[in-house]
Amino acid sequence: MSDLGTKRLQGRVAFISGGLRGIGLACAERFLAEGAEVVLSDLDAEDSDTATATLARLGQAASYVRANVTSEDDWVRAVQAVQERHGAVHILINNAGTDLTGAVETLKLEDWRKIMSVNVDGVFLGTKHFVPLLAASGAAVKGGASIINVSSIMGLVGMSEVSAYNASKGAVRLFTKSIALEFAQKKMPIRANSLHPGFVLTPLLNAGFQRWVDAGAAEKVQDLIDSMAATTPIGRLADPAELASAAFFLASSDSSYMTGAELVIDGGWTAQ
Amino acid sequence: MTARLEGKVALVTGGTTGIGAAAVRRLVGEGANVFFTGSKEAEAAALCAETGAQFRALRVQDAASWPGLIEDVLAAYGRLDIAFANAGTESGDASIEDVGIEGWNNVVAINQTGVMLTVQHAIAAMKRNPEGATGSIIINSSMNATRPLGNYVTYSVTKAAVCALAKSAAVHCGQKGYKIRVNAILPGVVETPLIQQIMNAQADPAATRAIYEGMAPMGRMAQLEEISGLVAYLASDEAGFISGAEIAIDGATTAGMMGV
Ligand SMILES: NC(=O)c1ccc[n+]([C@@H]2O[C@H](COP(=O)([O-])OP(=O)(O)OC[C@H]3O[C@@H](n4cnc5c(N)ncnc54)[C@H](O)[C@@H]3O)[C@@H](O)[C@H]2O)c1
Repeated sequence: MSDLGTKRLQGRVAFISGGLRGIGLACAERFLAEGAEVVLSDLDAEDSDTATATLARLGQAASYVRANVTSEDDWVRAVQAVQERHGAVHILINNAGTDLTGAVETLKLEDWRKIMSVNVDGVFLGTKHFVPLLAASGAAVKGGASIINVSSIMGLVGMSEVSAYNASKGAVRLFTKSIALEFAQKKMPIRANSLHPGFVLTPLLNAGFQRWVDAGAAEKVQDLIDSMAATTPIGRLADPAELASAAFFLASSDSSYMTGAELVIDGGWTAQ
Repeated sequence: MTARLEGKVALVTGGTTGIGAAAVRRLVGEGANVFFTGSKEAEAAALCAETGAQFRALRVQDAASWPGLIEDVLAAYGRLDIAFANAGTESGDASIEDVGIEGWNNVVAINQTGVMLTVQHAIAAMKRNPEGATGSIIINSSMNATRPLGNYVTYSVTKAAVCALAKSAAVHCGQKGYKIRVNAILPGVVETPLIQQIMNAQADPAATRAIYEGMAPMGRMAQLEEISGLVAYLASDEAGFISGAEIAIDGATTAGMMGV
């Protein structure tokens, strides 16, 4: 029963993109509580109030590197920073993401390219640049290193006026399956799985709902939250901590036979 | 986190051997009180002695014996929080051309009707929890729900059917306002005692092992503890927003095709 007890990620290093808010931040908090060392990245400057205040709160085992997931140079710097600080990485969460909604004929190509570059290029580049260090570190932990790519239920089912986000998250889903097969076939000690959150109470969701409100879809954000809760079998939206516990499961040795799999955390939304 | 399931009561069907027995051990290890069912009395007695779990002989497809089992669980512990519908068989199964009606009926009775009865009676018991309807139900489907086997038509069909059952029950519980989650897990080839027996009975056990191991891109079979890790996670409150999900645990077997 070696997987029981607290501090189940003791001795492991995690890298989380988009780690200053929402699901990424919740993952950082949970991983730290389980004894991991965590490197966060996000768009904010390293001396920004958000970055410094977050690090002060998270404590010694957390550190930060500014990196735009769309920039290959930033990923190279991020890997260097992790290499220098810890010499290893066991968990990579490609979490940074953005959204875009609107009728397909009104979408601007530059906005389409932006969401594809954050949600798809970002996952590709993170994987590409961290694989050597993950492969070198993974053999030391039971179940190997773990890549967790944050897709969405919007990577599983379509929704009206969500075409660009749907396309980007669907890409993450199949990218993850392909790399899982690739690592398994080459006997590399890296697992890769995709996480498919339903509606989660985060800044991203708030901003997205605000745009629907501005477009006249509802009177206020809370009305949209209430109506989403009503259409979710469990009757509520998710707390970011519930996504963090799923990421923790996929990061831990407990999920050692899971690779190429999808973990859907949506309160039954896609079951209906 | 040491005892995520402290104070919870669990029911495991087909718990005397294999995945079910491993789940009994793990659920007990995380603090749950466990009842398990099955038919192998000797194995059951040993597992009870080892873990302190309680055993009742039960044929899952026997509708008449379910209310009595549930009353026993509630009499012993006053509640039910976790049900793992694990009992399953391929006994009597064959290809679509060869399967006989008895074989078909036997596999449907255990794998499909038995799971339906487990879920139905678990919900009824969970509704009687003092704080209201709460709980987590986990159905053991199989990767063959999405990748059916040519030589096991009934097994494949029933394993797909219980995925729909999990979703239907999850949606129903939501609509009724029950805090009961229902999910299906889809394991790949697991190194159970049954598989070990099959391998060892072959002229060349090592070659047979290699065939089983080669089915998964990961190049090995799942160990029993790896399935119980997922069961324990889904059983715990940590999975509080997961319902109606199908979760593959198959070393990438169903993720796609191996490269060249
Ligand atoms: N909130 C939901 O309901 C929901 C549902 C399904 C999927 N998701 C996915 O979960 C992930 C996290 O979302 P969240 O809700 O926590 O969002 P969030 O906006 O609260 O957090 C995302 C973080 O990513 C960062 N980020 C954005 N673009 C970046 C870039 N180019 N480089 C680096 N960092 C960048 C942001 O600064 C932010 O800190 C996203 O991939 C999102 O698509 C969210």
